[in-house]
Amino acid sequence: MKHTVVAWMEDRPGVLTRVTSLFRRRGFNIESLAVGHSETEGISRMTFVVSGDERMVDQAVKQLEKQVDVTRVEDVTNQPAVVRELALVKVRTDAQTRAEVMQIVDIYRAQIVDVALDSLVIQAIGTEDRVDSLVELLSAFGVVEMVRTGRVAMTRGRAQRGLNGQPTSAAVKANGRKMGI
Amino acid sequence: MERTGAQIVWETIVREGIDTVFGYPGGAILPTYDAMPAYPVRHILVRHEQAAAHMAEGWARVTGKVGVCIATSGPGATNLVTGLANAMMDSIPIVAITGQVATNLLGNDAFQETDVTGVTLPITKYNYLVTDIKDLPEAMAEAFYIARTGRPGPVLVDICKDVQNASIDWVYPETLHRPGLHKAPRPEPNAVVAAADLINAARRPVIIAGHGVSMGHAESELLELVERANIPVVSTLLGLGSMPETHPLAMGMGGMHGEAATNHAIQECDVLIAIGMRFDDRVTGRLDQFAPNAKVIHYEMDPSEVGKNVKPTVAVLGDCRVTLAATLQHIQPNNHAEWLATIQNWQSTTREVDIANAEVDELIPPFVMRQLWHSTKGNVTVVTDVGQHQMWEAQYFTHTKPGQLITSGGLGTMGFGVPAAMGAALGNPGHVVWAIVGDGGFQQTLQELATIVQDKIPVKIGIINNGFLGMVRQWQQFFYEKRYAGTPMLSPDYMKLADAYGIPSLRVTTNDQVADAFRQANEHDGPFLVEFRVKEEVNVYPMVAPGAAIGQMIRRPGPAVVQGPSGVQPSW
Ligand SMILES: Cc1ncc(C[n+]2csc(CCOP(=O)(O)OP(=O)(O)O)c2C)c(N)n1
Repeated sequence: MKHTVVAWMEDRPGVLTRVTSLFRRRGFNIESLAVGHSETEGISRMTFVVSGDERMVDQAVKQLEKQVDVTRVEDVTNQPAVVRELALVKVRTDAQTRAEVMQIVDIYRAQIVDVALDSLVIQAIGTEDRVDSLVELLSAFGVVEMVRTGRVAMTRGRAQRGLNGQPTSAAVKANGRKMGI
Repeated sequence: MERTGAQIVWETIVREGIDTVFGYPGGAILPTYDAMPAYPVRHILVRHEQAAAHMAEGWARVTGKVGVCIATSGPGATNLVTGLANAMMDSIPIVAITGQVATNLLGNDAFQETDVTGVTLPITKYNYLVTDIKDLPEAMAEAFYIARTGRPGPVLVDICKDVQNASIDWVYPETLHRPGLHKAPRPEPNAVVAAADLINAARRPVIIAGHGVSMGHAESELLELVERANIPVVSTLLGLGSMPETHPLAMGMGGMHGEAATNHAIQECDVLIAIGMRFDDRVTGRLDQFAPNAKVIHYEMDPSEVGKNVKPTVAVLGDCRVTLAATLQHIQPNNHAEWLATIQNWQSTTREVDIANAEVDELIPPFVMRQLWHSTKGNVTVVTDVGQHQMWEAQYFTHTKPGQLITSGGLGTMGFGVPAAMGAALGNPGHVVWAIVGDGGFQQTLQELATIVQDKIPVKIGIINNGFLGMVRQWQQFFYEKRYAGTPMLSPDYMKLADAYGIPSLRVTTNDQVADAFRQANEHDGPFLVEFRVKEEVNVYPMVAPGAAIGQMIRRPGPAVVQGPSGVQPSW
């Protein structure tokens, strides 16, 4: 089964290498991975999709959680969440097919973001399934190029706290323990 | 205070209460060496950086502090790799400091530039590449904090040469600013009560005590649980000593070379209480047939170990000293008389056949291990290398307290024995430390004999010379029809070798010389080397073939060579 997991981590050199090396070494099956800034300065937010049995997903979450740079991990698969993916698709078009493609784009509430004589660039935002089905329709016309971001996710509601009683990334910015022995 | 990067390294080390470090200099770490003499720290110049890491591990294990090893960039740093991997597997707190080329050369494949943080990423708990003096005070302080906090492990700090030379107004960073440390563990509500309920209801319980028991100083809580509920205790290799093996409920080591009765007890138990251990395959054997009827309770401080290999019925997360104490509040007295009688019966019929007989004329390694115990009354730290002798030590030395055995468990690192023993001897002056090593492992790090002499390290070395890479030879005998490819091994004349370094030595070839050799070595003030020329093709029994269930053991072939009294350690 596919799980959508969100992880927050300190934005430090090597943090991505650390995470991807962990996934590789432990043989986790990662289908997509999207990283960017979070609401907190210095904290990046990663959404990834891991497929596998319960043990593998549990291990992926726990091994990530164990990383010094990682501040919080949350499996949002079974939570009410907004899950989206963005795709840019360059489709071959000519005078005959353009209208038809535009119609499909319309139905999917996607957008045309670039027009050329022989092609259109379409931007689609939606769930993975929805993007999949749009791409499938467009492929009849000839997909020249495509890029997809992979899933990003955010749970609905819940203004303050994370799951499991963990503070949000903002609240743990500095934990101020004594360092000496 | 104005301090250079090099001085900050030493200031931090001194603040950690560390008085001994192990290292090897070179161009990229020279500024740090140059600053060293001003600080009250003893530097042990090793002969190979791998040994520096192992010495730091041995030192850390006996002092309870963080061990420090130092190396230069490139080859110096890559030579540390084996030691770091070993420390990672066995959760030993060490900090490695490595010099790196100057920041303006980074990424240019400069002379002796290696991506050390890249190389060591998967074998360190954490690592740093410091390219700015502003980051150094925190990196140094955090490195020690991370190494010794939670589940300990190795941390590496790679410092560019110009950063070591740069200056800054330094204050020790008293507080930690790493939000990723101390994440609250996922709560397991009522875990302690649920665990206690299972223990109270168990008819055939078994405890497996791992390294976590001694690391968490939970020996007395363990003993209290064992005695109140009369539960037999199996140890992992690194758990040996956390339960005194003189105790009637101690069953010694389980797993691949566990005693037969001990492995049967694990397989037949109905409740398995795993404490501070991680279900390594050397303990579990074939996983899907491991303790098939048992409900498992897992006391563990690292959440990622829970459910990794064995899915527990109840997981009790946290420091096992605290969680065991909490559990004890709900534990009822129990005698488990029937279960203990069953185990005793197994012991009487299985134990004796696997114990080699001292009456045989030849010198056999198990006898040497027993004599080591007798000669010291257990008042010794034994540091083994890896192989058959390591398993014989585990089986035939009677471990009664933690710290008696230091060994490479998770990584099985040959070459660990001598340098780790040197670190242990330096960390615990006045205490007898024996390195018990095979002829193979000894020859992997014997260059450190010179360090022993130069730094007057009073370590005793016992070489179990069987003319083979013994453990591998045993596998070839069992599983490759005795085709001994690449395992017969020539040794130098060890007495001449010792003599070349100025270390007194003895050679033992018969049983009746063993006790006296130990006595002489123990009484000698300073390093001593004993070569035990043992019978060549002796095997460690019982043995669970790789991939087999631990109940299916290769037993000593009959007729038994054996006469040890059953259910107890052999009389010799
Ligand atoms: C660095 C390293 N290389 C190879 C091995 C594989 N190995 C495990 S035990 C062993 C044989 C050890 O022989 P020896 O040191 O003579 O000890 P013995 O088994 O004879 O007691 C070998 C080669 C290892 N554990 N570590």
